[in-house]
Amino acid sequence: MSTLTSKYQPIVDAATAAGITDLQAREQDGVMYIDGTAPSGAVKDQLWAKYGAIDPNFTGGDLIMNIKTNVDATVTKVRVTTDSSNLNIRKGPGTDQEIVGKAAHDEVITLVSNSNEQWWLVRTADGEEGYAYAAYLTPEG
Amino acid sequence: MKLFKMTMALALMLSLSLAGCKPKDSEIKAKIESKLSAEAPNVMVSVTEGVATLTGEVKDEATKTMIETDAKTAGATSVVNNTMVTPAFTPPVIVSDDPLSNSVRDATKDYPGVNAVVSDGVIMLTGTIEKANLPKLMMTLNGLGAKRIDNKLETK
Repeated sequence: MSTLTSKYQPIVDAATAAGITDLQAREQDGVMYIDGTAPSGAVKDQLWAKYGAIDPNFTGGDLIMNIKTNVDATVTKVRVTTDSSNLNIRKGPGTDQEIVGKAAHDEVITLVSNSNEQWWLVRTADGEEGYAYAAYLTPEG
Repeated sequence: MKLFKMTMALALMLSLSLAGCKPKDSEIKAKIESKLSAEAPNVMVSVTEGVATLTGEVKDEATKTMIETDAKTAGATSVVNNTMVTPAFTPPVIVSDDPLSNSVRDATKDYPGVNAVVSDGVIMLTGTIEKANLPKLMMTLNGLGAKRIDNKLETK
């Protein structure tokens, strides 16, 4: 086992134990790549806590950990989990796209599609539809 | 008595000829190897007095079971299966610089102190960020398909 593989083995072990699906861990050109899909956001957070325990400020430059969260197909509502600000809803997926609406912090809105991983298509109670940044949306229920 | 001797001689001949029919270890080994060459190329085969020993790596449990059956059909009297299951990995997906720069811009927009530059698949981060926000930003950046992230952000 290489030095890099053993350095991040606790994450791989935790991922296996937590039931991460499609788990892949491999090394290429001095960087470790860990990919997988977590059954919930809590499990993803747990793996990031492991990463933080190994490299508290994420300065190693030797790991790319891409853990997606499995959003159940039945999920239709998402909560706006910004720090405190409103969330922009845009015409297309990208910050260069026109803002067509806003959702308030902690508001629950409708998830229309999450086929784009970073930008989810949502609809507010007022019927405004557009793309919002997925990092600020948490599936409900 | 004569009949007994003849019977003995016959039995001896028969057993000798049967022993001659018994496949040699090297033949069994060659047969197993040819069976495994496609599905389990990383498996080493050794055969001693008909007992086949399999070592090396296979891609899944099904292959592990399959090669054991293959070894038996190839003539091994019994099989010691010491192979290890190590899944085949696909190489990491690295996104090209243009789409990567766009998604990095989107991800860092709400962190005004963060300066991000993308070059040759590497995201270089300088500037400052609040400590509580660092994991959140890193989670997003790790999902964009970068080759590496050089994080030189100072936390405050």
